Amino acid sequence: MDFILQPWAWYVGGPLIAISLLLYFYFGKNFGASTNFETICTIFGADKVSDYFKKDWKDQKFALFFVIGLIIGGFIAANYLIPNQAIDLNPKTVQELTDLGFANVGNQYFPDEIFSDEVVFSLKGFLILLVSGLLIGFGTRYAGGCTSGHAITGLSSLQLPSLLAVIGFFIGGIIATWVIIPILFG
Amino acid sequence: MKNIKFLILGIFFAIVLSKSQAISWYRFYEMFKFQSFHMYGIIGGAVVISMIFMQLFKHGKIKDINGNKIVPKPKKEGFVSTILGGTLFGLGWGISGACAAPIFVILGFKLIPALILLAGALLGAFIYGVLSKKLPN
Repeated sequence: MDFILQPWAWYVGGPLIAISLLLYFYFGKNFGASTNFETICTIFGADKVSDYFKKDWKDQKFALFFVIGLIIGGFIAANYLIPNQAIDLNPKTVQELTDLGFANVGNQYFPDEIFSDEVVFSLKGFLILLVSGLLIGFGTRYAGGCTSGHAITGLSSLQLPSLLAVIGFFIGGIIATWVIIPILFG
Repeated sequence: MKNIKFLILGIFFAIVLSKSQAISWYRFYEMFKFQSFHMYGIIGGAVVISMIFMQLFKHGKIKDINGNKIVPKPKKEGFVSTILGGTLFGLGWGISGACAAPIFVILGFKLIPALILLAGALLGAFIYGVLSKKLPN
């Protein structure tokens, strides 16, 4: 039980992600997560606005079950499996973020400066999350995949589009953390 | 009922991501600032082991549950779409510390912020769908 409640090292997490991919393919489907955004749009009636969404969402039912599993798994992990969310961060990271005005850096998974109720219900905080989400939804669909579909499935099956997409992920991520975060919080 | 296995796999995957801190904002910040090996170890480790699985799929050593050969779907081609789409996704990922699967996982941790992220992601996917024919590939 002790192992379950401790944080898992990268050499535990990495292989278990690969096992998840293996099982997903073994169950007969292509591993990925971001197609679900489209499927949910279709369910909400996006097919009435654009032909792009004229797809039979029932073909994607398996993926929606996976999504429901993700939500349930998140609740289980948050409430029962992580008694302490403290993260062993690089002291440099802690110092940097503290200088930007972040408090209690690394004491929990999600910084209050972005995720606390107070921030989320402010205009700035709300927009930061909404626009981030928008970029995630638009970007994954334009690029044809996310971390699961491109970085893990695509790279491991040696697909060139995935290499390009992952280069894009890093260009965006580096701009976000080196430039945008200091502007938003500095 | 045949979809229940995907639900269970989703629970498993969510727990793996949560326990290995691969949903934490700080972990992705550190990754993009090159200040920690943790996420590189997780993603790199997952990719290397998945490569072995892909070889086993390719040579028919592992077949799917119905006995069929496993062939990963080819990704759509396109230089602009992958680089530009990837960059836009990376921006959202770098700011919020969330990518596609973790948005659903984070619902269990931070309900309201994750709902806002999800609403944004659905809106983003919707805008992409509406514009898809007009965007350069």
